[in-house]
Amino acid sequence: MPEIDTLLSVENLSTHFFTQQGVVRAVQDVSFSVKKSRTFAVVGESGCGKSITALSIMRLVPEPQGKIVAGKINFGGRNLLDLSKKRMRAIRGNRIAMIFQEPMTSLNPVFTVGYQIEEAIRLHQHKSKSDARDLAIQALQQVRISDPKQRIKEYPHQMSGGMRQRVMIAMAISCKPELLIADEPTTALDVTIQAQILDLLDQLQKQSQMSVLLITHNLGIVAERAQDVAVMYASRIAELSDCKSLFDNPLHPYTQGLLKSLPRLGFTGKRLYTIPGIVPEPLRFPAGCKFHPRCPVGCNDKRCQTVEPQLRSLDNGRAVACWFAPGYERPDNPK
Amino acid sequence: MNTDANTNGFLLKVDDLKTYFPVRKGLLRRTVGYLKAVDGISLAVKPATSFGLVGESGCGKTTAARSILRLIPVTSGKIIFDNIDILAANSARMRDIRASITLVFQDPFGSLNPRMTVANIVGEPLKIHKKITGSELTEQVRLILSKVGLSADAINRYPHEFSGGQRQRIGIARALILKPKLVICDEPVSALDVSIQSQILNLLKDLQQEFSLTYLFIAHDLAVVQFSCDIVAVMYMGRIVEQAPVSELYNNPLHPYTVALMAAIPKITVSPQASTHRLKGEIPSILSPPPGCPFNPRCRFAGENCFSQNPLLVPVAGNDEHLIACWHIKK
Repeated sequence: MPEIDTLLSVENLSTHFFTQQGVVRAVQDVSFSVKKSRTFAVVGESGCGKSITALSIMRLVPEPQGKIVAGKINFGGRNLLDLSKKRMRAIRGNRIAMIFQEPMTSLNPVFTVGYQIEEAIRLHQHKSKSDARDLAIQALQQVRISDPKQRIKEYPHQMSGGMRQRVMIAMAISCKPELLIADEPTTALDVTIQAQILDLLDQLQKQSQMSVLLITHNLGIVAERAQDVAVMYASRIAELSDCKSLFDNPLHPYTQGLLKSLPRLGFTGKRLYTIPGIVPEPLRFPAGCKFHPRCPVGCNDKRCQTVEPQLRSLDNGRAVACWFAPGYERPDNPK
Repeated sequence: MNTDANTNGFLLKVDDLKTYFPVRKGLLRRTVGYLKAVDGISLAVKPATSFGLVGESGCGKTTAARSILRLIPVTSGKIIFDNIDILAANSARMRDIRASITLVFQDPFGSLNPRMTVANIVGEPLKIHKKITGSELTEQVRLILSKVGLSADAINRYPHEFSGGQRQRIGIARALILKPKLVICDEPVSALDVSIQSQILNLLKDLQQEFSLTYLFIAHDLAVVQFSCDIVAVMYMGRIVEQAPVSELYNNPLHPYTVALMAAIPKITVSPQASTHRLKGEIPSILSPPPGCPFNPRCRFAGENCFSQNPLLVPVAGNDEHLIACWHIKK
């Protein structure tokens, strides 16, 4: 049963891609829940399935190759996967909005930014053209674009990257969504602009009480901005935790290695810690725990090599998928 | 040719380098102005050290590197590499110079020809510059591949068979096979996954020790630069605004831009955010820079002088190695 303050709960989501080379299991058995007016981060390296998880929630997985093969996505008392396409369209962009990594390519170059923001408002809120324009100007004001009445007539190419990302955010919040999915919202931006955009998202979230699902590869952003976090590795959640505990006491060897290997400001050592090996390709995932070939703890363990650990909840409200994690129950007779 | 750098012990010395791109408009393509991508930078790199150039996109760090190799025409200035005046060298001389300055690129996907095998990619510089072929070439390729941590069976494979980190190793092998004196690393890890970045950064450091390499390290990530470099120069709109040895710069950043840049990096600790140093606004268009210090529209301290005159890069009081271009710091 989802708790009362849960806005979105994903249960055992699996999304696969059926390609000529074989079945790519991009997302496997992913479960987490996003609480109201909190920021939940999904962090992981490229190809770990974090973006596909986001697209699955939006029901935007590219078909026909991609398919959500199992799971439930509960939002507002309903399973989004049961909705008709039409009813899903009424939710998408309205109650759940999304911003993407590339502010260059996710805006249409042949329409003014004003038109693009108004389009969402008119579609979902059934407003008149002039009302939509007023709301669009309001949205641009909210994202702190100066002189919005003028800016609304401009085309995307007339704006800088940071400005375009602000327009994307204005578009996303124009319908006052309950959940905002931000997929690497600042990866394409410079650090000083990144900080501005993240500050803006924080402020908007405080004003409107929306929840944010933040997809990122940057652990620094997670530490600064999120309250809860899922670390993904090779299509599965390796560790699920509140943010503070994760950084104070990472449980999964992958998280531990990742945190140790990052060059940080103030680090003066001679060598960085490294996780050996490479991120496995989705078509050639290793047997057993997918991290075991790179794992300092379990690389020689029989169980790690053969049986994949499931994500299990621990007493302290965290969850981890590792045979060796403290508090992780090791059944004597695995299947 | 004297191989020891004796321009006062520096391998590379750049003096007041300017690289302007003409802006042409109209039917006759008349030059109406200049885009000052690099606007008078000076730097000096000692052998077997790493010099870092940091800054945000468009600040001119890559243009500076390309100017040093004369891959783009330089407007004015002086570049002395290994006692040779690069800007005065003829094309035959330039070819030799390019054998001792090599490049590692940012994008490990775009910088390797997908139709060439690893042996051809890595061996090509040897063929061109040293006229080495046949079994000797293969031998040398094998050797350098083992140095960058690739197995011998990589030699006959194609780039698409490798992951991003392994491709970057191929790119590093190609840059090192000529035994260059200076390696320009242009954002060598920013396209890589987090768990791979530290592998490559360690590798670059190991290779530097083994071959006494000199690096000109270009990056936007201050943490990466701190790990990899000895001296760091922070660039903003075509100029160096602050330069110092790495520990000095990170412990005692003085320029308001450097301070803001460091504050903007997300820290890997869960703590209340200090957004006091947040920069307002964006980088102004480099085609019409503001008068005075180019940082003035975003600077908290901007005062009278800042709007009229561009500050020069000068040492701060009591520390000759710490240079800064700001009206507000006591010199």
